[in-house]
Amino acid sequence: MRKFSPVIRSFGMHAVLLEWPNEVDEDILNDILQFCQYLKQFCLKEEGWEMIPSYNSLTLVQKNREIDFQAFSHDLLNWYPLKEETAPAQKFLWRLPVCYDLDFGIDLIEVAENLSLSIPKLVDLHTKNIYTVYGIGFLPGFMYLGGLPKSLETPRKATPRLKVLKGSVGLAGRQTGIYPQESPGGWNIIGSCTVPIFDIKRENPCFVNVGDKIQFYAISRAEYDLHKIESEVGIYKLEKINLDA
Amino acid sequence: MLKVLKPGFYTTIQDAGRFGHRDIGVPVSGVMDNRALAIANGLLENEEEAAVLEITMTGPTLEFEHNTYIALSGAIMNPTLNNTPIINNKVYRVGAKDILSYGRLDKGLRSYLAIKGGFQTKKVLGSRSYFQAITAVTSVTDHTEIPYLPWPSFEPKITEIHIDPYFDETVLEVAKGPEYEMLLDRQLEKIFGNEFKVAKDYNRMAYQLMETVAEHNTNMLTSATLPGTIQLTPSGKLIILMKDGQTTGGYPRILQLTDYAIALLSQKKMGDTISLKLI
Repeated sequence: MRKFSPVIRSFGMHAVLLEWPNEVDEDILNDILQFCQYLKQFCLKEEGWEMIPSYNSLTLVQKNREIDFQAFSHDLLNWYPLKEETAPAQKFLWRLPVCYDLDFGIDLIEVAENLSLSIPKLVDLHTKNIYTVYGIGFLPGFMYLGGLPKSLETPRKATPRLKVLKGSVGLAGRQTGIYPQESPGGWNIIGSCTVPIFDIKRENPCFVNVGDKIQFYAISRAEYDLHKIESEVGIYKLEKINLDA
Repeated sequence: MLKVLKPGFYTTIQDAGRFGHRDIGVPVSGVMDNRALAIANGLLENEEEAAVLEITMTGPTLEFEHNTYIALSGAIMNPTLNNTPIINNKVYRVGAKDILSYGRLDKGLRSYLAIKGGFQTKKVLGSRSYFQAITAVTSVTDHTEIPYLPWPSFEPKITEIHIDPYFDETVLEVAKGPEYEMLLDRQLEKIFGNEFKVAKDYNRMAYQLMETVAEHNTNMLTSATLPGTIQLTPSGKLIILMKDGQTTGGYPRILQLTDYAIALLSQKKMGDTISLKLI
């Protein structure tokens, strides 16, 4: 038995939302992912279903027909306790190289000053931690990462930049993350990651899934340049650790 | 090939959409006006999801290379075929060297060009709809060549249909969104008792409305959003997400447009009036 049950909310004609308590909590996320797995394997085999987990919610969308909310909520609440019979989805820890050179970490000096940390200490804190992927959205492959240490919490920039480069690693509030493509953005940029999180040329464009873990490791400018070339020709290697093994 | 001689203001390839990848942040995309898609593809007896050109604001000039059949639908842009006026919602035969061009925008905003068999650009993640970082290009430019199948003969069951013009409809039907319950009486009064005008930011990602509703400080964790989701920002602005809208968001999702309301809204532009009606 789990601690929490979801509340089910109607979300237009084609979707329902299952919502757990409004907390960033790994137990809740695991509960959601396991139910998601169960639904995929046993319940929602009909064409047209899509499932979008994020933090404390799971959205189920059926593109081909309208959903009978009453009947469907009833089914969901019946299925929910049965999910324990499913093996949870495989999870991985991805180790991603980040170059914290000042050329890329354009806000590094300012952020270090604001946090009263030296740059090496800031890098040490950012790379020591293991982050959980609580959601993917905003842009294709943009990961919402939880688990930032309190000592690295810093407000987003007062004025967003019109252009943040692809691969930029940022800090904002209680979050850290990577811009998967060039876009406007208000995060403080502290480095650059050479591995593209989202690459449409790959058979699986986004290797990360919600529930996976991320750890950054610092690389030198020379290593960055090498990785960059490898990444452009598509031969970068990814460090992946199976968390269930 | 269909040769683009002039691209128009903003012309893209769209189909029914790109489904099944929202969990990695890929929006649905696809035509903004599903109703126009259904009419144009229906007349040509195409598959429902056959790819069309979505033509925004001002139309392109296009040259055909092979014989085929076309149908236009959606916004009224005074199209001509070899300088002879043609109309929406009717099947036309076209041949090599024929030139399709567009004139002044009279009604609506987005017009559609469907072709027998659908445009044959490469599918990416199951769809031909243009989207940044997914497809190689994000809009057609001059010299773009768009592949299609030569279609020597076709006897359409229906050659023309008369549809009620929907450009002057202003009432958008909405269902309650997941955070509907947070709304206070004075906010509800404003939302359903007033008209709204489309603000200057309106595109395939989202439509913003000019009038504000009332500030709030409801906090929620990032969660899924859908095309047609109406978000209420902390400053009281309403943002209606559209087909290229982001797949997750952090603002309360107070209402959700019906599919038909999305089609209606997609024909509106800055300054146009709408009102919301709960179903």
